[in-house]
Amino acid sequence: MKICVLVKGVPPVGTERLGADGRIERTTLEPNGADEYVLERALQLAESAGAEVSLLTMGPESATDALRKGLAMGASSAVRVGDPRLAGTDLRGTVAVLAAALRRIGPDLILAGTDSSDGGAGVAGPAIAARLGLPCLVNASAIEVAAGSVTIRRPVAGGLETLRAPLPALVVGTQLLGEPRYPSLRGIMAARSRTIETWSLADLGLDAPAVSTIVTGSAVPPPRAGAEIVRGDAGAVADRILAFLDARGLP
Amino acid sequence: MAIDLSLTPEHRLVTESVRDFVAAEIAPHIRGWDERGEAHREVFERMGAEGYLGAPIWERWGGAGMDYISFGILCEELERADTAFRVVMSVHAGLNSLTLLQWGTEDQKERWLRPQAEGRKLATFALTEPGSGTDAAAMTTTARRDGDSYVLNGAKLWISLADLADHFLVFATVDRSLGHRGITAFLLRRGMPGLETHTIHGKMGIHAGNTGGIYLTDVRVPVEDRLGEEGEGFRIAMSAIDQGRFTVAAGAVGLAQACLDASVRYARERRTFGEEIGRHQLVKQMIATMGQGIEAGRLLCWQAAWRKDRGLRSTRETSLAKWFCTDHAVKAALDAVQVHGAYGYSSEYPVERYLRNSKAAVIYEGTSQLHTIIQADYLLGYREDGALRCPPVPSQPYLDAE
Repeated sequence: MKICVLVKGVPPVGTERLGADGRIERTTLEPNGADEYVLERALQLAESAGAEVSLLTMGPESATDALRKGLAMGASSAVRVGDPRLAGTDLRGTVAVLAAALRRIGPDLILAGTDSSDGGAGVAGPAIAARLGLPCLVNASAIEVAAGSVTIRRPVAGGLETLRAPLPALVVGTQLLGEPRYPSLRGIMAARSRTIETWSLADLGLDAPAVSTIVTGSAVPPPRAGAEIVRGDAGAVADRILAFLDARGLP
Repeated sequence: MAIDLSLTPEHRLVTESVRDFVAAEIAPHIRGWDERGEAHREVFERMGAEGYLGAPIWERWGGAGMDYISFGILCEELERADTAFRVVMSVHAGLNSLTLLQWGTEDQKERWLRPQAEGRKLATFALTEPGSGTDAAAMTTTARRDGDSYVLNGAKLWISLADLADHFLVFATVDRSLGHRGITAFLLRRGMPGLETHTIHGKMGIHAGNTGGIYLTDVRVPVEDRLGEEGEGFRIAMSAIDQGRFTVAAGAVGLAQACLDASVRYARERRTFGEEIGRHQLVKQMIATMGQGIEAGRLLCWQAAWRKDRGLRSTRETSLAKWFCTDHAVKAALDAVQVHGAYGYSSEYPVERYLRNSKAAVIYEGTSQLHTIIQADYLLGYREDGALRCPPVPSQPYLDAE
């Protein structure tokens, strides 16, 4: 059983900023938080079902740090698709490139997080499944694998639904899968000997994807004024907060 | 290429991973634990599960096989959360386990070091006594040879983890008339008849840690659990302290960093005279001085680590780092309280805890006064390091690279 986890390198949450070119600065990247939940489940399946976990990302050189953390958590291999011609690629191009890389890796199960903390589109997983013609199960709060199939549970209005699909398949999992582990020191040391492969567009037999959506502007909203920080004795603080809410007609 | 101060991807991962651990396992609880004086052994066990307790020990003996820069980062990040958790690294990994790695026989490493490095047993170090600290050679705990064992009698005090540790590296003299040449090292475990421990209450700081004493009454230790030769204990203790002091130095950088982090946050938030207090020059001075000592101290730690990684003697460099970093941590904590004003004096903010915790480290593992004398003696040519029967061992990544 080969599981491939899609991991996006994102700027650490809270430090994001737009660079001089109007794009999100991507000098320091860490694994997208939503992706770590599915990675955790993949690693558990590796331990319990003997699966082999690989990581796939597309991004600049700095994205290797995100992959290295995944390796330290326990993944056994990692691929970064990196090519200068990929800078500024839109969602359609990203999906085409990742789908081509997945054809080459050939996993039985592809896992993706719900969305990324920087772009936030939340459609890369399903779009890749569509492009590869694979079954796609989304919103999974539990994932189990058996010979030739994957079963998920997902919350739906009024209850929980269990779904099964034949492998190969793509599953989008949520944070209900459980807290991701920390890379242990032994894991960090063990990951030293695992190399991160870098594939170019040429390696995948692709041309630079056509960019069909163009960023026409970006702006940093002015900081909001008027925040009030209340301190002091708990009772006095509570009174002040109540008065603040009251003045605005809030319950 | 002579000097390279860049951190490796592994160093960055250790930093991030320990920060995540601390944010989840320690930070949300520490104020309450400190106020109630609770030492939480289950957190020490989780540290073991993450590999922290065996961080610098070779994988061959169950450790994580890390280099000393990583070990320093680990200590720094733990003490950034609270001193108590760095203290565990000092006594378990620094003073005890690394000493076993350097001085232990293969059999001793298998029986004592491996379970410690794997985090299955918690270990500490017992040199100080009610009547002897810096003057370790004045110890009164005795070891009398009796057939295939030694019989130990005496008391040890100010022992970190006294009431929690499973293993104890204990020093006793086989002949008081020999002074430091009579001191001998022994490996003891909890449960041995005649070994009792207790906890000291009323400490100024490190309330989330455990500190206490050990009473030894006719404790029988088999010869195979003597570490090193008879009379070699003083040298063993000094090489243990070379490791312990490194963890204390790196930890003190973390404590000063915590002071700086809290002070910067507060200085950007608190306003007086119509502006953030960070705009006031005398606040800037305190912030700048904190940062200056943190970076200088971190470099001194890295210098010591660089030597340790290569198996080079580092007594002078480690002492220098320990002296500088712990003194600076006290200053940084004093200033952090000052930056916070009245709020700094209350436990609503963490800086009063940092101040209480900072003071112990300029006393233990060599007072600042002792380090001053040591450094002067090196400079004046009154002191030099002799050869050791068991020289320091390099870190595993350095060995692997060879």
